[in-house]
Amino acid sequence: MSFNIQDYYSELNEGEVLLAYKGSISSDLINNVLDTVESKLQDFNEHSKVRKKVYNVLVESLQNLYHHIDDLPKNYEEEFDERFGILVVSKETGRYRISTGNFIKNTHIAKLEEKIKKINTLSKDDLKEMYKYILNHQKLSEKGGGGLGLVDIARKTGNKLDYRFQVFNKEYNFFILSVYISD
Amino acid sequence: MEPISIEGTAKTPSVQFSSKEGIIEIKGRSIPENSVEFYKPLVDWLEQYKASPLDKTKVNIQLEYFNTSSSKCILDVFKKLEAIHKGKNEVEIYWYYEEDDEDMLEAGEDYESIIRVPFKMIEIAD
Repeated sequence: MSFNIQDYYSELNEGEVLLAYKGSISSDLINNVLDTVESKLQDFNEHSKVRKKVYNVLVESLQNLYHHIDDLPKNYEEEFDERFGILVVSKETGRYRISTGNFIKNTHIAKLEEKIKKINTLSKDDLKEMYKYILNHQKLSEKGGGGLGLVDIARKTGNKLDYRFQVFNKEYNFFILSVYISD
Repeated sequence: MEPISIEGTAKTPSVQFSSKEGIIEIKGRSIPENSVEFYKPLVDWLEQYKASPLDKTKVNIQLEYFNTSSSKCILDVFKKLEAIHKGKNEVEIYWYYEEDDEDMLEAGEDYESIIRVPFKMIEIAD
Protein backbone atom coordinates (compact mmCIF):
# COMPACT_ATOMS: atom_id res chain seq x y z
CA MET A 1 0.00 0.00 0.00
CA SER A 2 1.26 3.44 -0.81
CA PHE A 3 2.24 6.00 1.77
CA ASN A 4 -0.69 8.21 2.85
CA ILE A 5 0.49 11.80 2.77
CA GLN A 6 -2.67 13.18 4.35
CA ASP A 7 -2.37 10.87 7.37
CA TYR A 8 1.24 11.77 7.81
CA TYR A 9 0.45 15.48 7.54
CA SER A 10 -2.18 15.12 10.28
CA GLU A 11 0.32 13.27 12.42
CA LEU A 12 2.81 16.13 12.07
CA ASN A 13 0.17 18.61 13.15
CA GLU A 14 0.25 17.44 16.73
CA GLY A 15 1.95 19.52 19.40
CA GLU A 16 2.40 23.28 19.29
CA VAL A 17 2.28 24.07 15.58
CA LEU A 18 3.54 27.47 14.42
CA LEU A 19 2.66 26.81 10.84
CA ALA A 20 1.45 23.95 8.67
CA TYR A 21 1.08 24.04 4.92
CA LYS A 22 0.50 21.63 2.09
CA GLY A 23 0.35 22.69 -1.52
CA SER A 24 2.39 24.42 -4.14
CA ILE A 25 5.82 25.66 -3.02
CA SER A 26 6.29 29.02 -4.74
CA SER A 27 8.45 32.04 -4.09
CA ASP A 28 5.44 33.94 -2.71
CA LEU A 29 4.58 31.08 -0.41
CA ILE A 30 8.12 31.16 0.96
CA ASN A 31 7.76 34.90 1.67
CA ASN A 32 4.49 34.34 3.51
CA VAL A 33 5.85 31.47 5.58
CA LEU A 34 8.95 33.42 6.58
CA ASP A 35 6.86 36.43 7.63
CA THR A 36 4.45 34.31 9.64
CA VAL A 37 7.09 32.29 11.45
CA GLU A 38 9.23 35.34 12.14
CA SER A 39 6.35 37.18 13.80
CA LYS A 40 5.36 34.08 15.82
CA LEU A 41 8.90 33.70 17.11
CA GLN A 42 8.76 37.31 18.18
CA ASP A 43 5.44 36.69 19.95
CA PHE A 44 7.10 33.82 21.84
CA ASN A 45 9.76 36.26 23.04
CA GLU A 46 12.25 33.70 21.86
CA HIS A 47 15.91 34.52 22.47
CA SER A 48 17.39 36.19 19.39
CA LYS A 49 20.01 33.47 19.01
CA VAL A 50 17.35 30.75 18.70
CA ARG A 51 15.11 32.98 16.63
CA LYS A 52 17.88 33.55 14.10
CA LYS A 53 18.76 29.87 13.91
CA VAL A 54 15.15 28.83 13.34
CA TYR A 55 14.77 31.51 10.67
CA ASN A 56 18.01 30.58 8.92
CA VAL A 57 17.25 26.88 8.92
CA LEU A 58 13.71 27.55 7.74
CA VAL A 59 15.01 29.60 4.79
CA GLU A 60 17.31 26.74 3.75
CA SER A 61 14.65 24.06 4.25
CA LEU A 62 12.12 25.96 2.14
CA GLN A 63 14.55 26.85 -0.58
CA ASN A 64 15.82 23.28 -0.71
CA LEU A 65 12.23 22.23 -1.30
CA TYR A 66 11.76 24.97 -3.87
CA HIS A 67 14.87 23.99 -5.84
CA HIS A 68 14.51 20.22 -5.72
CA ILE A 69 10.84 19.35 -6.08
CA ASP A 70 10.30 16.71 -8.76
CA ASP A 71 7.33 16.74 -11.13
CA LEU A 72 4.16 15.15 -9.78
CA PRO A 73 3.61 11.43 -10.28
CA LYS A 74 1.53 10.73 -13.40
CA ASN A 75 -2.26 10.72 -12.91
CA TYR A 76 -2.00 12.58 -9.59
CA GLU A 77 -2.28 16.05 -11.11
CA GLU A 78 -5.89 16.30 -9.87
CA GLU A 79 -5.13 15.26 -6.35
CA PHE A 80 -2.04 17.41 -5.77
CA ASP A 81 -1.07 20.97 -6.66
CA GLU A 82 1.81 21.53 -9.02
CA ARG A 83 5.14 21.71 -7.17
CA PHE A 84 3.49 20.01 -4.22
CA GLY A 85 5.20 19.96 -0.87
CA ILE A 86 4.36 19.95 2.81
CA LEU A 87 5.81 21.99 5.61
CA VAL A 88 5.22 21.92 9.35
CA VAL A 89 7.02 24.10 11.87
CA SER A 90 6.36 23.15 15.47
CA LYS A 91 7.69 23.66 18.95
CA GLU A 92 8.36 20.60 21.05
CA THR A 93 9.88 20.38 24.50
CA GLY A 94 13.29 21.97 24.30
CA ARG A 95 13.40 22.25 20.53
CA TYR A 96 11.86 23.50 17.31
CA ARG A 97 11.10 21.06 14.55
CA ILE A 98 10.91 21.88 10.85
CA SER A 99 9.55 19.08 8.69
CA THR A 100 9.29 19.19 4.94
CA GLY A 101 7.99 16.60 2.49
CA ASN A 102 8.09 16.26 -1.27
CA PHE A 103 7.76 13.72 -4.06
CA ILE A 104 11.01 12.31 -5.31
CA LYS A 105 11.61 10.10 -8.32
CA ASN A 106 13.06 6.78 -7.28
CA THR A 107 16.01 7.39 -9.57
CA HIS A 108 16.97 10.46 -7.49
CA ILE A 109 16.91 8.74 -4.11
CA ALA A 110 20.34 7.13 -4.03
CA LYS A 111 22.25 10.36 -4.56
CA LEU A 112 20.28 12.26 -1.94
CA GLU A 113 20.45 9.48 0.61
CA GLU A 114 24.19 9.13 0.12
CA LYS A 115 24.61 12.86 0.75
CA ILE A 116 22.49 12.83 3.92
CA LYS A 117 24.23 9.73 5.27
CA LYS A 118 27.59 11.35 4.68
CA ILE A 119 26.52 14.58 6.40
CA ASN A 120 25.20 12.63 9.38
CA THR A 121 28.60 11.03 9.97
CA LEU A 122 30.45 14.34 10.08
CA SER A 123 31.59 16.30 13.13
CA LYS A 124 31.11 20.05 13.48
CA ASP A 125 34.63 20.70 12.17
CA ASP A 126 34.17 18.27 9.27
CA LEU A 127 30.94 20.03 8.32
CA LYS A 128 32.76 23.36 8.35
CA GLU A 129 35.42 21.98 6.01
CA MET A 130 32.80 20.42 3.72
CA TYR A 131 30.87 23.69 3.63
CA LYS A 132 33.98 25.66 2.73
CA TYR A 133 35.00 23.16 0.10
CA ILE A 134 31.63 23.25 -1.66
CA LEU A 135 31.45 27.02 -1.32
CA ASN A 136 34.80 27.45 -3.00
CA HIS A 137 34.60 24.71 -5.64
CA GLN A 138 31.07 24.19 -6.87
CA LYS A 139 29.17 26.43 -9.26
CA LEU A 140 25.61 27.51 -8.60
CA SER A 141 23.01 25.62 -10.59
CA GLU A 142 20.79 27.49 -13.03
CA LYS A 143 18.04 27.57 -10.41
CA GLY A 144 20.42 29.11 -7.91
CA GLY A 145 20.92 26.08 -5.69
CA GLY A 146 24.44 25.47 -4.59
CA GLY A 147 24.42 22.05 -2.93
CA LEU A 148 25.10 23.72 0.41
CA GLY A 149 21.64 23.72 1.97
CA LEU A 150 21.76 20.42 3.86
CA VAL A 151 25.34 20.95 4.99
CA ASP A 152 24.41 24.40 6.27
CA ILE A 153 21.37 23.04 8.12
CA ALA A 154 23.40 20.30 9.79
CA ARG A 155 26.10 22.77 10.71
CA LYS A 156 23.79 25.40 12.15
CA THR A 157 21.57 23.01 14.09
CA GLY A 158 24.34 20.72 15.32
CA ASN A 159 21.80 17.89 15.02
CA LYS A 160 21.54 14.91 12.69
CA LEU A 161 19.20 15.14 9.71
CA ASP A 162 16.18 12.94 10.37
CA TYR A 163 14.82 11.57 7.08
CA ARG A 164 12.70 8.90 5.50
CA PHE A 165 11.74 7.79 2.06
CA GLN A 166 8.19 6.42 1.91
CA VAL A 167 7.15 4.39 -1.12
CA PHE A 168 4.36 6.21 -2.98
CA ASN A 169 4.08 4.23 -6.19
CA LYS A 170 6.31 2.32 -8.60
CA GLU A 171 8.14 5.42 -9.72
CA TYR A 172 7.98 7.74 -6.74
CA ASN A 173 8.75 8.01 -3.06
CA PHE A 174 7.71 10.74 -0.68
CA PHE A 175 10.76 12.21 1.00
CA ILE A 176 10.39 13.59 4.50
CA LEU A 177 13.09 15.57 6.22
CA SER A 178 12.88 16.78 9.81
CA VAL A 179 15.43 19.11 11.31
CA TYR A 180 15.64 20.09 14.95
CA ILE A 181 16.86 23.31 16.50
CA SER A 182 17.54 23.04 20.21
CA ASP A 183 16.39 26.05 22.18
CA MET B 1 31.84 55.00 -12.98
CA GLU B 2 28.22 55.27 -11.94
CA PRO B 3 27.69 54.37 -8.30
CA ILE B 4 25.28 51.58 -7.35
CA SER B 5 22.59 52.41 -4.85
CA ILE B 6 19.91 49.80 -4.16
CA GLU B 7 17.36 49.84 -1.37
CA GLY B 8 16.90 46.70 0.68
CA THR B 9 13.83 44.47 0.50
CA ALA B 10 12.60 41.57 2.66
CA LYS B 11 14.78 39.21 0.62
CA THR B 12 17.59 41.34 -0.78
CA PRO B 13 20.11 43.64 0.90
CA SER B 14 20.69 47.35 0.50
CA VAL B 15 23.76 48.06 -1.62
CA GLN B 16 25.99 51.14 -1.88
CA PHE B 17 28.99 50.95 -4.21
CA SER B 18 30.92 54.17 -4.82
CA SER B 19 34.10 54.30 -6.92
CA LYS B 20 34.58 57.95 -5.97
CA GLU B 21 34.73 57.19 -2.26
CA GLY B 22 36.07 53.66 -2.53
CA ILE B 23 33.20 52.31 -0.48
CA ILE B 24 31.49 48.97 -0.98
CA GLU B 25 28.56 48.29 1.32
CA ILE B 26 26.07 45.39 1.53
CA LYS B 27 23.58 45.40 4.41
CA GLY B 28 20.45 43.62 5.52
CA ARG B 29 18.98 40.33 4.35
CA SER B 30 20.17 38.31 1.42
CA ILE B 31 17.83 35.36 1.00
CA PRO B 32 16.52 35.36 -2.61
CA GLU B 33 15.80 31.96 -4.19
CA ASN B 34 18.09 32.86 -7.04
CA SER B 35 20.85 35.16 -5.91
CA VAL B 36 22.81 35.24 -9.18
CA GLU B 37 20.29 37.59 -10.71
CA PHE B 38 20.80 40.04 -7.84
CA TYR B 39 24.58 39.79 -7.51
CA LYS B 40 25.66 39.66 -11.16
CA PRO B 41 25.51 43.46 -11.66
CA LEU B 42 27.49 43.93 -8.44
CA VAL B 43 30.21 41.52 -9.52
CA ASP B 44 30.31 43.16 -12.97
CA TRP B 45 30.64 46.59 -11.36
CA LEU B 46 33.61 45.39 -9.30
CA GLU B 47 35.24 43.91 -12.39
CA GLN B 48 35.11 47.39 -13.93
CA TYR B 49 36.25 49.09 -10.72
CA LYS B 50 39.24 46.72 -10.63
CA ALA B 51 40.68 48.50 -13.70
CA SER B 52 41.21 51.75 -11.75
CA PRO B 53 40.44 51.35 -8.06
CA LEU B 54 41.20 53.94 -5.38
CA ASP B 55 44.35 53.40 -3.32
CA LYS B 56 42.10 52.34 -0.51
CA THR B 57 38.77 50.51 -0.70
CA LYS B 58 36.67 50.01 2.39
CA VAL B 59 34.16 47.16 2.38
CA ASN B 60 31.32 46.94 4.90
CA ILE B 61 29.31 43.74 5.04
CA GLN B 62 26.54 43.81 7.60
CA LEU B 63 24.11 40.98 7.01
CA GLU B 64 21.29 39.94 9.26
CA TYR B 65 20.58 36.76 7.30
CA PHE B 66 21.97 35.23 4.16
CA ASN B 67 21.11 31.96 2.45
CA THR B 68 23.48 29.44 0.91
CA SER B 69 22.58 30.64 -2.59
CA SER B 70 23.86 34.11 -1.63
CA SER B 71 26.94 32.71 0.08
CA LYS B 72 28.46 31.75 -3.29
CA CYS B 73 27.69 35.16 -4.78
CA ILE B 74 29.21 36.92 -1.78
CA LEU B 75 32.32 34.81 -2.35
CA ASP B 76 32.37 36.06 -5.96
CA VAL B 77 32.24 39.64 -4.65
CA PHE B 78 35.15 38.91 -2.32
CA LYS B 79 37.15 37.27 -5.12
CA LYS B 80 36.93 40.50 -7.13
CA LEU B 81 38.10 42.42 -4.07
CA GLU B 82 40.93 39.96 -3.63
CA ALA B 83 42.06 40.69 -7.19
CA ILE B 84 42.10 44.42 -6.40
CA HIS B 85 44.12 43.74 -3.26
CA LYS B 86 46.56 41.60 -5.26
CA GLY B 87 47.04 44.56 -7.59
CA LYS B 88 48.70 46.39 -4.69
CA ASN B 89 45.70 48.48 -3.74
CA GLU B 90 44.57 48.51 -0.16
CA VAL B 91 41.33 46.66 0.56
CA GLU B 92 39.87 46.17 4.00
CA ILE B 93 36.78 44.08 4.69
CA TYR B 94 34.71 44.87 7.76
CA TRP B 95 32.40 41.99 8.64
CA TYR B 96 29.68 42.96 11.11
CA TYR B 97 27.78 40.50 13.31
CA GLU B 98 25.43 40.88 16.22
CA GLU B 99 26.95 39.95 19.53
CA ASP B 100 25.06 36.68 20.06
CA ASP B 101 25.20 35.62 16.42
CA GLU B 102 28.00 33.05 16.40
CA ASP B 103 26.83 31.66 13.06
CA MET B 104 27.37 35.03 11.39
CA LEU B 105 30.80 35.41 12.97
CA GLU B 106 31.73 31.91 11.79
CA ALA B 107 30.49 32.72 8.30
CA GLY B 108 32.83 35.72 8.27
CA GLU B 109 35.70 33.53 9.43
CA ASP B 110 34.96 31.03 6.65
CA TYR B 111 35.41 33.80 4.07
CA GLU B 112 38.47 35.13 5.84
CA SER B 113 40.11 31.70 5.52
CA ILE B 114 39.35 31.50 1.78
CA ILE B 115 40.04 35.08 0.67
CA ARG B 116 43.47 36.68 0.95
CA VAL B 117 42.29 40.11 2.08
CA PRO B 118 42.49 41.49 5.63
CA PHE B 119 39.18 41.05 7.50
CA LYS B 120 38.07 42.88 10.60
CA MET B 121 35.25 41.30 12.60
CA ILE B 122 33.07 43.93 14.21
CA GLU B 123 30.63 42.95 16.92
CA ILE B 124 27.47 45.03 17.13
CA ALA B 125 25.93 45.27 20.59
CA ASP B 126 22.23 44.36 20.66
